[in-house]
Parts: sequence; C-alpha cells; structure tokens
Amino acid sequence: MKVTEKDVTYVADLANLELTEQERGRMVRDLNSILGHVDSLSELDTSNVPPMAQVSDRFGLDDSKQGSERFAYASREDVHEGLRKSLPHDVALVNAPDSDGTFFKVPKVIER
Amino acid sequence: MDLRNLTIDAARSAVAKGKISATALAESFYAKIESDDPKIGAYLMLSKQRALAKAAAVDALVEKGEKLPPLAGVPVGIKDVMVTKGVRTTAGSKILGNYIPPYDCTAVSRLEAAGAVVLGKLNCDEFAMGSSNENSAWKPVHNPRDLTRVPGGSSGGSAAAVAADMAVTTLGSDTGGSIRQPASFCGVVGLKPTYGRVSRYGLIAFASSLDHIGPFAKTAKDAAIMLRTIAGRDPMDSTSADLPVPDYVAELDKPVKGLKVGVAKEYFGEGLEPETRSAIEGAIQKLASLGCEIVEVSLPHTKYAIPAYYLVATAEASSNLARFDGVRYGHRAQGARTLADMYRCSRDEGFGPEAKRRIMLGTYALSAGYYDAYYLKAQRVRTLLTRDFENAFKRVDVIVGPTSPTPAFKLGEKVDDPLAMYLADIYTVTANLAGIPGISIPAGQSKEKLPIGMQIFGKHFDEGTILRVAHAYEQAV
Repeated sequence: MKVTEKDVTYVADLANLELTEQERGRMVRDLNSILGHVDSLSELDTSNVPPMAQVSDRFGLDDSKQGSERFAYASREDVHEGLRKSLPHDVALVNAPDSDGTFFKVPKVIER
Repeated sequence: MDLRNLTIDAARSAVAKGKISATALAESFYAKIESDDPKIGAYLMLSKQRALAKAAAVDALVEKGEKLPPLAGVPVGIKDVMVTKGVRTTAGSKILGNYIPPYDCTAVSRLEAAGAVVLGKLNCDEFAMGSSNENSAWKPVHNPRDLTRVPGGSSGGSAAAVAADMAVTTLGSDTGGSIRQPASFCGVVGLKPTYGRVSRYGLIAFASSLDHIGPFAKTAKDAAIMLRTIAGRDPMDSTSADLPVPDYVAELDKPVKGLKVGVAKEYFGEGLEPETRSAIEGAIQKLASLGCEIVEVSLPHTKYAIPAYYLVATAEASSNLARFDGVRYGHRAQGARTLADMYRCSRDEGFGPEAKRRIMLGTYALSAGYYDAYYLKAQRVRTLLTRDFENAFKRVDVIVGPTSPTPAFKLGEKVDDPLAMYLADIYTVTANLAGIPGISIPAGQSKEKLPIGMQIFGKHFDEGTILRVAHAYEQAV
C-alpha cells in the first residue's frame, strides 16, 4: 500500500475537500489501485528526455523564431478593455450565492 | 420530414428551397426529443426560446430571398461543458447546478453565426470526466443502439443525440477520447481536431493542455462542414493557432489512392476484442482496395499512455477545479461558520465521486515529494509518446486502428472499478497527449449488432487528410 488513510487526509486538506469516513476509505483503495498501474512508468529511463507541458510549441509555428518570439501571435497590447468590456456589476454578480450588490459576500475570513 | 439520416446539406437545402421552414424543422426535432429522449437521456436542458428566435431569423432570410449561411436552420446540440449565454450550463455537475453563463463559448457563437439552431444542452460525465456517461450528476445516457448499454463518455449525450436523430450534428469535447469513444459506441462520426485548431474559449476547463472541442456527425462530410465553421484563431484563446483554415469539404473528394496508411501493431495487442479486431482488419483491407498503401509502423511507448495521461490530466484538473469555491458562482454549502469551512463543505457537496477522485489523484501527483516521481515523469513520457507519432508520421500520411478495445459495455459494468474504466481509453489518450487530430468512423458491427469504430490519426493540422480517408471509406462501404 503506497497511499495510507493519513496521506488521503493530508491531500484532501490540500485540495480543500473534507471527505466522509466512507469516502476516505474508498479513496485509499482507488488511489492505490491507480498508482499501482502508474508505477510502470518507472521502467522507462527518461533522464535525458525533456518534459512536455503542452503541445503548441511543437508544430504550426515559425521555426526560425526562438522562445517567446514564436508565440508573438498569442500576445496583444495591454489596453484598457482590450478584447471585450468587463462584465457590468449586476451581470458579474448574478450567479453569486451571496452578494450585497457590489461585492461577493463570504463567511468570516479570520476567526477572532 | 424524415429526420433519419438527415445531413447538414439536406437540412439546409430543405430550408432554402422552402420545403420546410427552419421553425418547423426545429419543432419537429423538439417533438422527436419529447417522444424519444425520456428513454435515452441525451438532453439536460432545451433552449427553445433561443432556438426558435434563431430559426425565425433564418426563415426571414429565406422569405427575403437572401443568401443563406452554410448551416442555415440546421438543428444542433451542444455538450453541457460549453457555456451558453442565458442557458443553464452545468458541466454535468451539481456544483454548477444553477449556473447561467453571462457569455457564449466561441465554437457555439460561430455555429450560430453560420445559421445553426441550438436545440439544447447535452448530457455528459461530470466535468467531462468519464468513459461511460455514468458520472453525470443528473442522469445516465442510454445507448440508442442498445438501451442496456452505455453510450460512451464523456460526450455520451452528444453521440446519442446524433445516433437517435435528435440533432443533425452536435458539439462535444475530447480530453482523452471523449468524442471518439462515444462516437464509436453509438455508431456515428466523431472528430477531435488538432490542439489549437478550435478555440477553447467558453469550454469549462478539465485539463487545459489536453482539452479539445470537436463535432459529432452522421457523415465525414458533415464533420468537415462543422470543423470549417468552428476552426480558426480566436483572440480570446491564446492557445488557438494562428493558421489559415482550409476548406475541409473541398478536400474530401481528392483521391486517396497512393496515401500511406500506417497500422501500429501496439494497437492490436492484448485486450482487443476479437470481433473488433476483425472488423478493423476488414476496414484496413477496404482501404487497401481503394489504393492506399498499408505500412506497418510502431508506436513503442503506447502501453505507457494511460498512466502518463491519468497523471497529467488529473494534475491539470486539480488545478482547474480549484476555482469552484462557492464564492462567485455555483453551489455554496449552507451553515458554514468560516470561509475555509465554506470552501470545503461546498466542494464536498458539489463534486461527485469521480471528480473528487481525480482532484485527489492530481493533487497527490503535484504534492511535495511526489511531483518529480509522478507529474514530471509523466510529462517526460508525454514527450516520448509524441515522438512516437512524429517518427511514424515521417513514413505515413495517416495511422488507423480501433477506437476502443471493445464495443459499448453494459450500464453499471465498470462503475465500481475506476482503473478498468480508465483502461477503456487506451487507444484514444495518445492523440490528446500529442495534440494530433483523430476521427472515429463506423466500421461494422459486432454479432450483437453493436457499432465498432475505426480511428484515423493524422499529422498536426492535417484534418483534411483524415477526413478524406474517412469519406472515401464511408463511400466505399
């Protein structure tokens, strides 16, 4: 067993989840099953293989350009209300579970 | 009007010639949905007001005798992970149960600008996480070809709606096979374009480096029309590529004779059901008879795709799903005394079991002490998997194989075994990791009359060639 109940509690805390007793037990079982399968990756020697976070720099770009120059198309001038106007207050707040018409409202942030 | 086998061109031309109004066409689709969807469960929400307003606008154009756009009056459905202004969008999750988006997804706006009529929002696995649609917080989808079986996932509603003639064409999203696998299970065409080909603006994020929007359709030609409509640079998505969009429809009729078709032995190994194997081998023979040259290629790292994929995808998901905190939108738990409690209780109540499982796995893979061993390792293996394709594509134009190792499985069959469910994606996740385009097309059926799908991979931004091969195969059978 790689993942213990204690690990699950710690990771749930990082992920802002609480999980019930039953959910935690199941999570121990499922994470161990999946990570057991994932272990096959250690068969591969990847010490000289660069990591790949995304695919956009592998194709469809001007190869004569380097670094951020290659992605120049993806940036734009930093102008006020550049691509579209910001949502008006009332629209931005319409899905809020709680608001006072100007701000989102949340429970107390700091316990005294 | 007979809605069976109704293609985009047939629907548009019926509207253009005045055989049926766009309004009446939309109404007949709604009647079909009302009668058939209760047993299938493809739709989560109908957008009648919006659809009928759009249809009326198309009818007004017809009346005035004006030139009609390419999708004029064509009824479409949208997977519920794409936001639609004023129309509830839930991503199949309770945490977004009451979310009314204030803006439209770019792909949806482009369809409507081309005259399409959006009938409603389609069922899917929660946050597009699943391979059977059983992770929808609302209801499962039943496969129209056999109601005891799953439609595939995560875009199960999008596939089922096309298969059951409850939309002419639909949009889905594909992070690890979520367009291609349900297309194969339901016997329709499903296309995942190249990463960057279609804007992701307005697609509720699951794993940003792997998420793609693409069409479901009855024919390769319809998929080509859909792609031509939604593809192209969008300033609202900085990862959308700044490359011209070819006329995919015009490319369909180019000859396939002489094309080099790769077959990777790794896609025909252990776990592939014999009936599926023989159907795909038959389809490859058919391509050979059309003059394609069949070339054996190797994608040697294929067996590492699932572990690499499930680390990368869940790591990105854990980060993307952190935004659901009960503050700006979505579900908020009642009675929490502090902000931290409110976050936790809202997320605990709002997310279903699979979303929680993936958040946990991803958070674990990114946490101190495990980052190098899991997340970084998976990213390095992603490079190897991508190189496999780059090497193979030096020798061939497309690569073909099965979309899924088995036809549609039974509802409930894999719900208690997440690993078995993940392994169902074995032939599809590689295209997401490498960002290459892939299409699934119907290629026969099993003895139990379940559809079998053939997958065709292409080079980056070469959707034209995979659509051409798909079209040629379709015409030949």
